[in-house]
Amino acid sequence: MSRISNEEVARIAQLARLDLSANEIAELAGEMEAILGAVARVQEAAKSDVVPTSHPLALVNVTRPDVVRPGLTPANALSGAPASEDDRFRVPQILGEEA
Amino acid sequence: MSELIYKSAAQLSESLAKKEVSAREVTQAHLDQIAKVDKAVQAFLFVDTEGALAQADQVDAARAKGENLGPLAGVPLALKDILAQEGIPTTCGSKILAGWRPPYSATVVKKLRAAGVVILGKTNMDEFAMGSSTENSAFGTTQNPWDLKRIPGGSGGGSAAALAAFEAPLAIGSDTGGSIRQPAALTGTVGVKPTYGGVSRYGVVAFSSSLDQVGPCARTVLDTALLHEVIAGHDDYDATSINAPTPPVVAAAKRADVKGMKIGVIKELSGDGYESGVSERFEESLEILRSQGATIEMVSCPNFDYGLAAYYLIAPSEASSNLARFDAMRYGLRVGDDGSRSAEEVMSMTRAAGFGREVKRRIILGTYALSAGYYDAYYGSAQKVRTLITQDFAKAFSSVDVLVSPTTPTVAFPIGEKSNDPVAMYLSDVATIPVNLAGVAAMSLPAGLSEGLPVGFQIIAPAMKDDRLYQVGAALERELAAKWGGVLTTKAPKLISAAGA
Repeated sequence: MSRISNEEVARIAQLARLDLSANEIAELAGEMEAILGAVARVQEAAKSDVVPTSHPLALVNVTRPDVVRPGLTPANALSGAPASEDDRFRVPQILGEEA
Repeated sequence: MSELIYKSAAQLSESLAKKEVSAREVTQAHLDQIAKVDKAVQAFLFVDTEGALAQADQVDAARAKGENLGPLAGVPLALKDILAQEGIPTTCGSKILAGWRPPYSATVVKKLRAAGVVILGKTNMDEFAMGSSTENSAFGTTQNPWDLKRIPGGSGGGSAAALAAFEAPLAIGSDTGGSIRQPAALTGTVGVKPTYGGVSRYGVVAFSSSLDQVGPCARTVLDTALLHEVIAGHDDYDATSINAPTPPVVAAAKRADVKGMKIGVIKELSGDGYESGVSERFEESLEILRSQGATIEMVSCPNFDYGLAAYYLIAPSEASSNLARFDAMRYGLRVGDDGSRSAEEVMSMTRAAGFGREVKRRIILGTYALSAGYYDAYYGSAQKVRTLITQDFAKAFSSVDVLVSPTTPTVAFPIGEKSNDPVAMYLSDVATIPVNLAGVAAMSLPAGLSEGLPVGFQIIAPAMKDDRLYQVGAALERELAAKWGGVLTTKAPKLISAAGA
């Protein structure tokens, strides 16, 4: 198991949208190494002729009748929103425009 | 009325049906017990006193009118805080959801309400069900009623502790790698992980979607079966829900007969790493089943040795994807929205502030295991192990009716002992995890005490044969209770007041 660098953890954290502190990143780098060292043994058992399983229950194309049924009202849907405006979720700028 | 809290749900059901006692009296007795002992136990995150009494009054009114009520009408229940209940705080043990009141209820909650079950409140858990001790809850650790300095197991430690502290006769849990069975084992209570797809997950906060399953918890096997029957069944709001009749679990619990059954002992889930007290109670239970007419044989499931490793790749991988929904936009915490920051910055700051250590650890682990260049080596290999474990189960079940093992390698450990060693903590679930990977059904029930602390006995049945768990479990429970003079929790310390808090 090669050492997992702080830079690698920082890159993963960015992919996961986690604004971690430098301390957290250093701590996680050490822990990742210990955990990956313990779990990497799955590779011993995973021979090429074994079919992977994604899900224990092989249901396919689950559908239900396409009928209208009651959903949330706008007020209900917005009841837990951190911010809302005009019956809509208000979100921070998304395109990097000037505020 | 304090005697009411020591009764089983089945006994309460009978007294309620005969109108010897009202649902309000039963509910009030449990609310009183919560007020008395929960400062010490900390099983509940929220107690819905008014709502519970109102539900109880509705049941009493319906009964007075002669309406046809189900067996659990008027019986109180503790709900794990992973299930959405309309208007009631639902945190999943996380700061990121603190204060959220869902605008809808989980299907399981609707089924409980329709059956007249009185929901007392929401129980503590490891944040997003990630943990084996409740120490990862953002709102404090639950104490084990058998020894308040020890953990009650996790993630559903709150539900299990509520049962052992006589705060409720019934509880709901969820089990991704053992979160129902491991706390049941460590608190001397009963918990069942039904067949994957047997109970709806609509309105249940998702952790690892190919593993998660909601299930019933109680102090007796029959009570667990009665609750199982209420919550199970097909739900077209959940695309992974099985569209088939629920196995006859209550009838099986009442039959309680193992004569002629073949029981397989899993070789890989015993021996090294299992405490001697745990192994001794396990062997005694096997002897009882043998004396009741079952045949016991050793069965080998060689790939179970890889179960823990596969689980700690699959569960974090799926969690890293599921937890992407906590984006600070539609509900929950939002941090740093000062007009100058972008949505992406606000999202990253919110998630950093709202998630605890273990959740961050698993998101990083899962994102890493799924990232380009590592997918085949980690996630792909883990999925292959899953196939091998499923094949081990299939082979074993071709020669035996159920499989058994100790539920956990050790009894409840002291608070703080493993909280800084994630790999040691993960080992708590070594015997429960293979069940989730294969989607089969399993129960933990008490096998006795080791140095004053409960030991769990695990029974595993093939998918959709959940009834076998109850048939075997009830037979074992009957013989053990005869020996002990009641089910194991009757020996639990009576928590008189908030002493020890």
